[in-house]
Amino acid sequence: MSAEKVISVSNISKRYRLGVLGGATLSDDLKVWWAKKRGKPNPLVTIGDEVSSTREGDHFWALRDIEFDVHKGEILGVIGKNGAGKSTLLKLLSQITGPTTGSIKARGRIASLLEVGTGFHPELTGRENIYLNGAILGMNKAEIDSRIDAIIAFSGILHHIDTPVKRYSSGMKVRLGFAVAAHLEPEILIIDEVLAVGDAEFQKKCLGKMKDISVSGRTIIFVSHNMASVRSLCTRVIWVENGMVVENGPTEVVVRNYLNNFSGHGDEISWEDGRDAPGNEELRLIHVVLRKEFPDQLLLCSHWFEIEIAFINHGISDGNLRVNIHLINGAEVLVLATALVECLPAENIGVKGEHRFSCEVPGDLLNSDDYRVAVNFVRSGKLFFRCADTIGFQIHNAVSADGFSLGKKLGVIRPKLKWRRV
Amino acid sequence: MATTSEHEWDLVIEPKKSVFRLNVKEIWIYRDLIALFVRRDFVAVYKQTILGPLWHIVQPLLTTITFTVIFGRVAKLAPSDIPNILFYMSGIVTWSYFANTVTKTSKTFIGNASLFGKVYFPRLVMPIAVSISNLIAFSIQIVTFLAFLAWFIIFDDTFQFELRPELLMLPVLVVIMAFLGLGFGIIVSSLTTKYRDLSFLVGFGVQLLMYASPVIFPLNMQQLLDKPIILGFIRLNPMTSIIESVRVAFFGGNLDWHGLIYTVVFTFVTLLFGIVLFNRVEKTFTDTI
Repeated sequence: MSAEKVISVSNISKRYRLGVLGGATLSDDLKVWWAKKRGKPNPLVTIGDEVSSTREGDHFWALRDIEFDVHKGEILGVIGKNGAGKSTLLKLLSQITGPTTGSIKARGRIASLLEVGTGFHPELTGRENIYLNGAILGMNKAEIDSRIDAIIAFSGILHHIDTPVKRYSSGMKVRLGFAVAAHLEPEILIIDEVLAVGDAEFQKKCLGKMKDISVSGRTIIFVSHNMASVRSLCTRVIWVENGMVVENGPTEVVVRNYLNNFSGHGDEISWEDGRDAPGNEELRLIHVVLRKEFPDQLLLCSHWFEIEIAFINHGISDGNLRVNIHLINGAEVLVLATALVECLPAENIGVKGEHRFSCEVPGDLLNSDDYRVAVNFVRSGKLFFRCADTIGFQIHNAVSADGFSLGKKLGVIRPKLKWRRV
Repeated sequence: MATTSEHEWDLVIEPKKSVFRLNVKEIWIYRDLIALFVRRDFVAVYKQTILGPLWHIVQPLLTTITFTVIFGRVAKLAPSDIPNILFYMSGIVTWSYFANTVTKTSKTFIGNASLFGKVYFPRLVMPIAVSISNLIAFSIQIVTFLAFLAWFIIFDDTFQFELRPELLMLPVLVVIMAFLGLGFGIIVSSLTTKYRDLSFLVGFGVQLLMYASPVIFPLNMQQLLDKPIILGFIRLNPMTSIIESVRVAFFGGNLDWHGLIYTVVFTFVTLLFGIVLFNRVEKTFTDTI
């Protein structure tokens, strides 16, 4: 890439000490220090426990040898599970805490947005808080003066701008906070999942603003769980796992790999018809695959999809052999069970040979969640065999026209039901 | 290509920076933030109170009355040639600036942990802003004191007041006091990130320290001159020479230059030590707090 490097992260590691830090009180630490001075053993360590002070196990590496560069104008996404080290990385980049080893070099002013409305004072008015929050985020008074009208207009709370913030609803506080942040105009902007708040209309506004920022040649580092937002915004993605960079590359590739990893086996699994395939001498499952309405896109709540299964019957001739599919969500709740016989009572799988069926799940039925598919075979009313873990996939929240996630609805399922006035 | 962009980084984050580094330039960039914090401290505290900033007067006034009655009238510790009210008020106003600065700046890290955990700005901005906003309260109190002074000049014929050259020392004394309070405060605040015990100690300790200063009695009091060890202890208090000098400026006497030099050196060392400690703590305190 020929663009100018604006951030260079090299060999960054961050170590945290586990458990109680040092002595609990000053006198304890003084005792330890005094004993050390006289070359005596630590008086506070119980016998048999001496080794522990040097043990590596007292420490926890939140990040290890992280290395990447960010170029001008990029929107870099950082993804990973909870506890993967994303937040620590963010804290290091925003200078909230120092690294244990390595260095971060940056060119240009960095502003970080780990929270919306940082430092708002409830007794001050909206206008006063714009100044305070803006200054905390690194603007000077002249810059805020020149942007205050735009900030107020963006927040959409003109009528309440001279009311103390303590009388604001939480939504209004968020809007005001984001409005200030959106007008920061630093060369590098670091954003945590602050977009996960606010109503859909305001989220759209925020997303548009972020796109504007990157178009104007500034750089954004965006940390999120929301794959839909990451995909629609980011030009490149870093996947962090256990404090290390697993993959660093184009958004589509990294997000796909991340999601596949996240769902265990991914959305397709097949076995050669050998002894490895689940089942027994008489019957083996050989293929389970997810087929999506839009194969190249994320599976959204509004999309239909099909689960296709294939199995080989080696020698059962039994009219009472049945197959059914269970869909289990991330909370291990059996969301639905569907049997072939309910739909196609005339189909007989108790016949030698390969059988292949597909089951369509309509859109607007399941809620956004992780899912896995279990396949069961039942013979004469008794479980013949069960493959509890075949494919896994994620269903994502519906997305607005700009590609922004509209949030998870309540309930295990979210079918679109018919309402009428009576 | 790459080599041309290897130099001129604006920001380098590394594990260990020099502890003596005091980035004045960076703090200067954030001067508007200091001003806004000062404004916030001043405005926000008195919203929804009836007396508002008048509370700054009420506190020293009530203390002055109490001290005048107990230590002046009953214990007869105040000098006879200065109106007791003026004697006590000058001491209390001076001392309370120092005391408030120490106790408030000592809460820098603990009190702002959530803010510091979310956004970076030079952490020293916070205690500096506190010292300045205390200065506003101090000026209000000084004006009150001047009003009392004027009253005594006009209505009390026995009170002789003249404009002494020592009055010009007052701004310098205030600056020394601000730095001293700041130095003490940031030392305590740095230590409290690890030892919470100190946060209990500081309010109480500052209060006790007042008794080892000439707030309540003049240094040349006969009972004190008879006990050189106690007097020596009181002279060790760096605030002693400041309070004495303030009184000399208003009521006459001789400046204790040795004491002032001691205080200046003490302030310098305290502030330097405080900055070293503060710099060490500010980079990692979010991990320990």
